Amino acid sequence: MTKIGLEIHCQLTKLESKLFCSCKADYREFEPNTNICPVCMGIPGSLPLLNKSAVEKATLIAMALDCNTPDKIAFFRKNYFYPDLPKNFQITQLNVYGNTSIGWSGKIKVEDKEIRIRRIQLEEDPGRIIYEGATEKTKLTLVDYNRAGTPLVEIVTEPDFETPHQVREFLNILSDLIENLNVSDPGLEGAMRADANVSIEGGSKVEIKNIGSFHDLEKAVHFEITRQESLAERKIEIIQETRHWDDGRKITVSSRTKEEEAEYRYHLEADIPWIRISDNIKNELQTRMPESISSKKERYISKYDITPQVADILASDRYFSELFEKANNEVNAKHIANMITTDIMGLLDTREKRELSKLNAKHLSDLVEYITSNKITRASAKLALDEIIKNGQPLSQVIVDLDLGNVSDESALFEIIIQVLNEETKAVENAKQNPEIINFLVGKVMQKTHGKADPELTLTLLKQNLGIV
Amino acid sequence: MDLGISALNYVNGIRNGEFTVEEFVSKSLERISQVDKKLHAFLRVNDLAIKKAKEIDTKIKSNQDVGKCFGMPVSVKDNMCIEGSKTTCASKVLENFIAPYTSTVITKLDSEDAIIIGKTNLDEFAMGLSTEFSAYGPSRNPWNTDYVPGGSSGGSGVSVSANECIASLGSDTGGSIRNPASFCSVVGLKPTYGLVSRYGLVSYANSIEQIGPMTKTVKDSAFLLNIISGIDSNDNTTIDNKNQDYLNDIDVGISGKKIGIVSEMTNSDGLSADVLNATNESVKTFEKLGANCEQISLQMVPYTVAAYYTITSTEAGSNLARFDNIRYGYDFDSAGFEFNSYISQARSKLGPEVIRRMILGGFVPSAGHAGKYFLKALKVKSKLIAEINHVFEKFDFLISPTVPIQPFKFGEKIQDPVSFMMIDFNTVTANLTGIPAISVPYKITNGLPIGIQIMANRLEERSLLQAAYALEKTVNLPEVPSL
Repeated sequence: MTKIGLEIHCQLTKLESKLFCSCKADYREFEPNTNICPVCMGIPGSLPLLNKSAVEKATLIAMALDCNTPDKIAFFRKNYFYPDLPKNFQITQLNVYGNTSIGWSGKIKVEDKEIRIRRIQLEEDPGRIIYEGATEKTKLTLVDYNRAGTPLVEIVTEPDFETPHQVREFLNILSDLIENLNVSDPGLEGAMRADANVSIEGGSKVEIKNIGSFHDLEKAVHFEITRQESLAERKIEIIQETRHWDDGRKITVSSRTKEEEAEYRYHLEADIPWIRISDNIKNELQTRMPESISSKKERYISKYDITPQVADILASDRYFSELFEKANNEVNAKHIANMITTDIMGLLDTREKRELSKLNAKHLSDLVEYITSNKITRASAKLALDEIIKNGQPLSQVIVDLDLGNVSDESALFEIIIQVLNEETKAVENAKQNPEIINFLVGKVMQKTHGKADPELTLTLLKQNLGIV
Repeated sequence: MDLGISALNYVNGIRNGEFTVEEFVSKSLERISQVDKKLHAFLRVNDLAIKKAKEIDTKIKSNQDVGKCFGMPVSVKDNMCIEGSKTTCASKVLENFIAPYTSTVITKLDSEDAIIIGKTNLDEFAMGLSTEFSAYGPSRNPWNTDYVPGGSSGGSGVSVSANECIASLGSDTGGSIRNPASFCSVVGLKPTYGLVSRYGLVSYANSIEQIGPMTKTVKDSAFLLNIISGIDSNDNTTIDNKNQDYLNDIDVGISGKKIGIVSEMTNSDGLSADVLNATNESVKTFEKLGANCEQISLQMVPYTVAAYYTITSTEAGSNLARFDNIRYGYDFDSAGFEFNSYISQARSKLGPEVIRRMILGGFVPSAGHAGKYFLKALKVKSKLIAEINHVFEKFDFLISPTVPIQPFKFGEKIQDPVSFMMIDFNTVTANLTGIPAISVPYKITNGLPIGIQIMANRLEERSLLQAAYALEKTVNLPEVPSL
């Protein structure tokens, strides 16, 4: 049987500062080596100061993944030499001498299969190494420490996955969950990374590292299973090793270093005292725990009579579910949900677009209100939406600016209808025999009003004029 | 003007107008330039000392608020950072390291108008007990310059003992304050772990080390502890001592107190007869003062030195790993080095004792050997803590000689690392258990000092200083020889 386990690293990007100092947790906007201080650079004599919010946010993740959480947490030093590691040790957690990490023994459901979470730990991200220069001779290895000390939560699963598809589903659910907890923005580059280990029946465990995106992870796992199966068919032994994902060639490649021999000399980080996480703190965190995606979905279906498909899409996305919750007043909920899923999600399909968007909940509830009361047509609403996203003006203003208001003034519409009836004499005659023709006449009125005629009123007035009841 | 006065008498002298800060500081600098060629207590002297002295004099003259130290010259071990100046840890690796920030203890001294007169010599990265492992040459004992001053805070001990300054700050990982205090005949206090901020102290074994005062009198140690102790937002391990005044009631005596004489520390193989005699005399003195002395046994003590070196080497291997030639070490070489040689290049700048402990620190906690060494050492530590907790249920203090032997000659012990390590036999217990311990000058025998160590329970510095003061009052020691 194929066994796949994952190690996911998730940066707590919603924190203000790094795990042990006051440098910014979001290092992405900085020039290299400008988001640093004596602590995250490991300047001699500096001491780590634990960011308590990081402990809280990591604990929220552990609770959401149904983990056991300890009364006291401890930090350990993982010692290894690497240029991106300022102190040449990483402050992390370890459950070898008792369970003192943020959480352990959790579970999460993925398509009716339960995936067990082995442990969750809080640790610091290293800096980044950048290789520059084209030729071997001019090649430079540059180190940027801006990322060093960024709070990172490591989530380790048991090898409970059997297919790459399950892996993909799990990662989708997990990233939605983490986004919903408001602890991290999984859309940010490098905010969520994963390694996988893969073994097939009778073979050793192979670890795959250096996978850039979740999309590639599925591919890497798929490739690795295929590779191992073809070895097995040819009766070649599958050795225990670490392989790297080659992004260009889309294959896994054996690493030269034997990482299973790594010697980390773990020992307690004495600079950070043991932190008590009392039941009070846990209860308090529990009250701050946002509603889970599944219960949100259930609520949308039962309370607002929204279809399961729409409810699922909406509940899984923190941005749109927040917009939905703010805009709906129960009566219009179904319309709001549909407008978000059919019109708005397509317009705001990237993080950048969402950030630039000026659309707010009021716009949304107004739009639905205008449509249902026939003040604008759906077609006009789409035009208005485009404009609102760009400039954020109130809907009423946008309607004036773009001249989108329905022609619902009876006398004005009456004049247009008379015009049409005079122009289309043939159709008028036929209409008396063939009621379908009336739709043709409605279309003509729409043409003349650029789609703004109130469709119901137009129909009524046409029928009156033609003497059809 | 007497450069040998205590900190408290210095303060009185300034207040009574007997001398100005500038007069005292310039005399001290003169003294340093005269004697330090022989003693080598200082690695660097503060160029700005006189300027600072003048500023404080101006404040005094114009009746402005002046800090408690009134410009007294204090030396600081060169493993504590001061922004903009060198902190070398007596190592070639940090030869040109200029700290970008200031240690909490220095900030506190500065805000009380102490003048940091200079940075003192130590064994490289505070690893050693004689200053013979300083990369810049050893310091010499002012009582006899053929002898070591103890270590690792040897320069600090010498600077106070030889009246080059009023007081000093040392750091103590396994006896590094108390050992040179004993060898140089000054008072040295290792506080409770967490009582004094370590922010800015270059870590050697961060789970057990503390900064502490080295002074001419017990009261001076209390005076400095008042200034440097307390909770610090830059050090998560610090304890809130509620601004306790350690000078208050320091003279209440020790009548009726219970003292345990640690038999393992008074029967050990390495104990010299002269040191034992002095210790026995001190026991009689304590009894005369009204204390009840009793032999007690701490069965873990024979294992403490092994446990201490196992734990400290593990932590040293980790704490010093950052000196990897990427940020510290050799000057930048645009050609670079082969990947794996970066760290070996950097480590070629480290001295023999540091390398010995780095190698040990790479071995004892490693996956295949941790169970036999590192984890056993931790077990000794936790059993020792249990024993200490138990004895302090009954006793107020524990006593022993600070060091089993008197100062030795240069080169005499250094060749045999294991017997060298055993010199820490009496001091490491306080570090492994986090309790406070003080060395009080007790005797001069054959022209060389002997100190008595008193230990108390965690955060019992006040009563510890009371006991030390009571003992100090009974002794009358000769002046340090003129140099």
